[in-house]
Amino acid sequence: MKNLKESLKRRFSENNGDNEVRSPLRVLLRKEVAEHIRSWRFIILLTLIVLTFIASMYSSLSNIKSVFVATDNSSTSFFYLKLLTLTDESIPAFHIFLSFLAPILGISLGFDAINSENNNGSLIRLMAQPLYRDNLILAKFLAPLLIVAILFFSLTFLIVGYAMWISGIPIEWQEITRILAFNGMTVLYVGFWLSVAVLLSIRFRQPATSALTAIGIWLFFTVFFQVVVNIAIKAFIPDPNYLSADKIAYYNEVILNILRLSPSQLYVDASTTLLMPMVRSLGPVSMEQMAGAIPSSISLRNSLMLIWPQLSGLIAFTLLLFATSYALFMRREIRS
Amino acid sequence: MNNPIIKLRGLSKHYKNKIAVDNLSLDISKGEIYGLLGPNGAGKTTTILMLLGLSEPTSGQAHVCGHDATRNPIAVKQKVGYLPDNLGFYGHMTALENLSFIGRLNGFSENDAETKAIELLDIVGLKYSMHQKTATFSRGMKQRLGLADVLIKKPEVIILDEPTLGIDPSGVKDFLAIIKKLNEEQQLTVLLSSHHLHHVQQICDRVGIFVDGKLLANGDIPSLSKQLFNKNGYVTVLRLQKNAQGTIQLKNDMESLPGVQEIIINDCELEVISAYDQTAEIVSYVVQKGYGLVGVQQKTYGLDEIYLEYFKNEKNLNVSNEKSKRVLKKTFFRKQRG
Repeated sequence: MKNLKESLKRRFSENNGDNEVRSPLRVLLRKEVAEHIRSWRFIILLTLIVLTFIASMYSSLSNIKSVFVATDNSSTSFFYLKLLTLTDESIPAFHIFLSFLAPILGISLGFDAINSENNNGSLIRLMAQPLYRDNLILAKFLAPLLIVAILFFSLTFLIVGYAMWISGIPIEWQEITRILAFNGMTVLYVGFWLSVAVLLSIRFRQPATSALTAIGIWLFFTVFFQVVVNIAIKAFIPDPNYLSADKIAYYNEVILNILRLSPSQLYVDASTTLLMPMVRSLGPVSMEQMAGAIPSSISLRNSLMLIWPQLSGLIAFTLLLFATSYALFMRREIRS
Repeated sequence: MNNPIIKLRGLSKHYKNKIAVDNLSLDISKGEIYGLLGPNGAGKTTTILMLLGLSEPTSGQAHVCGHDATRNPIAVKQKVGYLPDNLGFYGHMTALENLSFIGRLNGFSENDAETKAIELLDIVGLKYSMHQKTATFSRGMKQRLGLADVLIKKPEVIILDEPTLGIDPSGVKDFLAIIKKLNEEQQLTVLLSSHHLHHVQQICDRVGIFVDGKLLANGDIPSLSKQLFNKNGYVTVLRLQKNAQGTIQLKNDMESLPGVQEIIINDCELEVISAYDQTAEIVSYVVQKGYGLVGVQQKTYGLDEIYLEYFKNEKNLNVSNEKSKRVLKKTFFRKQRG
């Protein structure tokens, strides 16, 4: 009888949720997330993002009234989308802010992913455990992404909830899906920079080197890329005064496409389209094309179609970088 | 030796401009403590990395616990615990957290991992500092925690890379005692790499001397000394008062003694090699003859002498492919010439 009792006890205690065996990836993810959210680095980043968010929300909330007084006659007003995009010119809109804050977020959460573990000797300890190497690199990639996703989703929904509470305006489905898609886009963009940072952290042994290189790449794309493109284009393109309108439009398209090699341009394009349903084209539009168009918003599906090249471009960049870091890491000999 | 738990066959690792491990074949049987000795950069760590599948051999095979370490490293890592020479813990986590994290990575549930971790921390003597962050740990404490870390997966083989480096003497003693105890109680196979000869000599059943990627010698310490010095005899070292004339005279006198095989004069020291233990006899002979005897020492060859002998020759010779052969030859040659 006693034995039976004992065995039952054991059986039941085994069924406890606490006792389940976890896969290495989950264990690693848990450790990574815990490590990130307890670090000073993350607290600083969080403060930075939250402050930016509060500043842009403050400026949009204080201006939103004037927009709705002079409202256009479209059937839907998209109050909540306007909330996220409206500015009074003193500070940029939140999604523009994000186009240069998200890289910082991605870089700072990933620049020392592998090399700091290598330098303090814990990498070899991990590698001596029965887990596949890809588990580690996936955890290094997914954990920050998870944190960032939770951060952005909760931030935007907090402000939407707050605005709903003070204004009482019901939210539309399209707004919800657009905000979700925008957040997804932002997470993807952070993911791109994270994969840059993880790749550099595998390539360079010193965290400082990889951080500097990542910041260099980021600076190049946000500041110098446009400058360089503009200078180069000026040298190549004939004087616009002697060009037909067709040619001018063509050259504009070319310039835009070159600018779109920069991931931040892709992100700005995509997030603008997602948050502003009135945007129906990302390039120059001629008068002939505009003639007969009804000035109304387009559906989310059409917006997504419009930014599909941007979206797939970013996904492709991210996957390419991740695959490179994967290949590098799998073949790396690890020694302390 | 019929069923070796670690089996290396023709294992080689070539880097761009260096041969780190050269055609290494080695068997280690279950329950053995094997010491891998060699100078820095001899390829000990590379060999260990290949055993764990952390580095790919250029050619050859490594089988550990019946699994191919290159093809199936996960199965090997489940049964092998590895303590690297400078291991790092997550400094912001406590000893217990660090340990149970590794436990969970090895498939233990959260509760089991923690129970096991506490148990092991008790064994290695860190029970009272288990809630301390590991950033505050001393080198010796880290090394003990590392041992617990290795043991938490219930390994069949543990590989220790320079485990005694940088620990104080009493710490080393404790550490080696724990290893010896584990080896006796749980039939753990231990592979230990070191260049601290005394530590190795204390606990190892067999040693291998590893220089520049080659295993020069392999066996227990008595057989190694025999193999190396090629002498069956006993050696007595006599130190005389400064008198060069006398020593030569003495040498000639003693060579007529029965049993004496060879006498080597080294300043005022005489090294007498004889077929059996005749130290007492020699001493009384020398005293009788009236030579000023200052000191007598019966010489045995320990690991120190063995290792130094190899290493000395290694230094004298410049790098070449047939190094090991020549080392042995030269050693023998010189000894015979006396």
